[in-house]
Amino acid sequence: MTDFAADSILVAIEATPAGDLGPAAPGLLGAAAQAGTPVALVIAAPGTGDAAAAAAAEAGATRVLIAELANTSALGVPAADALVAAAALVRPDAVLVNNSADGRDLAARFAIRTGAVLAADAVGVRRDEEGVVADHSVYGGAFNAVSAATFGPLVVTLRAGSVDARLAAQPLSAEKLEVVPSGRPAGTITAFEEETATSSRPDLRGAARVVSGGRGLGSEENFALVDRLADALGAAVGASRAAVDAGYIPYAHQVGQTGVSVSPQLYVALGISGAIQHRAGMQTAKTIVAINKDADAPIFDIADFGVVGDLFTVVPQLIEALEARK
Amino acid sequence: MKIIVLVKEVPDTYGDRKLSLQTGLADRGAGDVVLDEIGERAVEVALRHADSAADTTVTVLSMGPESAAATVRKGLQMGATDAVHVVDDELVGADLTLTAEVLAAAIRRAGFDLVIAGNLSTDGTGGMVPVMVGELLEVPTLTGLASVNIEGGTVSGTRGVDGGVQQVTAPLPAVISITEALPDARMPNFKGIMAAKKKPFETLSLADLGITVDPASQARSIMVSVAEKPAREAGIKIVDEGDAGTKLAEFLVQNRLV
Ligand SMILES: Cc1cc2nc3c(=O)[nH]c(=O)nc-3n(C[C@H](O)[C@H](O)[C@H](O)COP(=O)(O)OP(=O)(O)OC[C@H]3O[C@@H](n4cnc5c(N)ncnc54)[C@H](O)[C@@H]3O)c2cc1C
Ligand SMILES: Nc1ncnc2c1ncn2[C@@H]1O[C@H](COP(=O)(O)O)[C@@H](O)[C@H]1O
Repeated sequence: MTDFAADSILVAIEATPAGDLGPAAPGLLGAAAQAGTPVALVIAAPGTGDAAAAAAAEAGATRVLIAELANTSALGVPAADALVAAAALVRPDAVLVNNSADGRDLAARFAIRTGAVLAADAVGVRRDEEGVVADHSVYGGAFNAVSAATFGPLVVTLRAGSVDARLAAQPLSAEKLEVVPSGRPAGTITAFEEETATSSRPDLRGAARVVSGGRGLGSEENFALVDRLADALGAAVGASRAAVDAGYIPYAHQVGQTGVSVSPQLYVALGISGAIQHRAGMQTAKTIVAINKDADAPIFDIADFGVVGDLFTVVPQLIEALEARK
Repeated sequence: MKIIVLVKEVPDTYGDRKLSLQTGLADRGAGDVVLDEIGERAVEVALRHADSAADTTVTVLSMGPESAAATVRKGLQMGATDAVHVVDDELVGADLTLTAEVLAAAIRRAGFDLVIAGNLSTDGTGGMVPVMVGELLEVPTLTGLASVNIEGGTVSGTRGVDGGVQQVTAPLPAVISITEALPDARMPNFKGIMAAKKKPFETLSLADLGITVDPASQARSIMVSVAEKPAREAGIKIVDEGDAGTKLAEFLVQNRLV
């Protein structure tokens, strides 16, 4: 089976060991549809490809290529081999990959091997008269930029949670992809420790509401207050780098320049001064709320509702008021 | 062992960072420039290894404008053995691929056992140059390491990915990139600053590396447009008089945020 649509956008999705597609996949397919016909490549462990393909069609892929990788301990190279093979078959106008640790590696390896142009950390893709272009939000949302390739396909890593569009399910049209291993040297994954899902809280990336805590929380025990407010609001939990450095919470929760960039409907900053590097990751939020005991904290310059006060008295009262409404 | 550390000059994140609305490139006149903090941490990883393994040399390598020589020199002041700086007018506005090609050529020219880079630069935030360099050099690449162990001809460490943490390892020669979970860099001391003045500092052009830039044969990234967004403004600010929590709850309800 060949003849893929001329305006195909190839979405590369690395499935989890269990065969599900992860939270970013529906947004990637939704974004792809804004630039052309979404075709999925699912890269999966042996025996899980069919389940992953079904999930991709469910999320809107018109066609699905399945690459089951025999070698799951080689880092990065087998996935890149699969993407190179898929692109040779589909000849897409653009390749879309999640802007995660593995997604960035995959996009970068593919770009080098095929000479394609990269658009990193995009917040959307679309098509203008000359072809596919990528939208970027630069320097913490202070600038909007649009990038494109002089010619050839554009390889885009898409910031998780940046595209809201979701597609209707498609009838499953899947085929196995033949991948010849490149034999390129790779690192080896010797162990994997799964993060045990400790709560039903939403993922930080793409969450509609985020409650973040900073150094002002003072200790790991006190940081539980951030979790409590997050649960009262149905929000994800974020943090400043100072809170991460102090060990209150793991790095995966860091919001900012060198952490996660979020654009939620509501962002609540507790005991965070609002350093420029923190603001870079959250100032595109719709509504910003800050509680800080220092009236001169820079976070108040961008807050829609600022409370100058002690978070240890204001937050419990807020939680009580929210719970009283339920 | 020969370690090469990739460092980059970036606009100081503490200052006002601007993109030129004409070219879409960083406006270097807008604020201060510094050595990217993650690059300093990468130098630190290399120097800690050198501290314990006497036969180790550490080369800092950067591609950037002529003015970046001063920030590259900071690597020498911290304790690196020598520096290589690639400068060429043709590199103004270089995209990720061209940057990686240039760095890979310079690394090959110098020879290496291990290349250490930062995981993400604060201006590009592409986070892709290191793995591109590894792909070009055809050596194993371990990206985003939160811990690093260099021992017995291998490099290994922990790598945070969606859903968990991997243990990864690769034989040398290899490329790694590190995260800010690794320790902060040492400050150059007086002795280091004086010693740096005598250390080898090589400046290379594209011709030295045998690279020609041909826009007809190699596709490049272009900026189609750039626009500045209006700055955010402050809204309501209240001082807690014992009822701020309740007032905040009302604000959230009124704005349909709960
Ligand atoms: C290259 C680089 C990258 C960086 N990347 C990031 C990043 O990604 N994310 C990030 O967050 N930072 C980042 N930083 C660090 C940043 O500069 C700040 O150091 C950090 O954001 C400060 O965190 P904080 O606001 O929690 O701590 P502080 O600045 O110490 O602020 C704590 C605040 O808590 C308030 N407070 C204390 N007690 C209470 C109380 N009881 N009630 C109410 N308020 C209270 C204080 O008034 C203060 O304003 C980066 C820095 C650099 C150089
Ligand atoms: N121009 C450059 N010169 C030297 N190293 C670079 C350059 N650009 C990127 N790097 C390296 O690649 C890392 C990640 O950068 P980036 O891919 O731009 O996010 C940086 O921390 C550096 O180690």
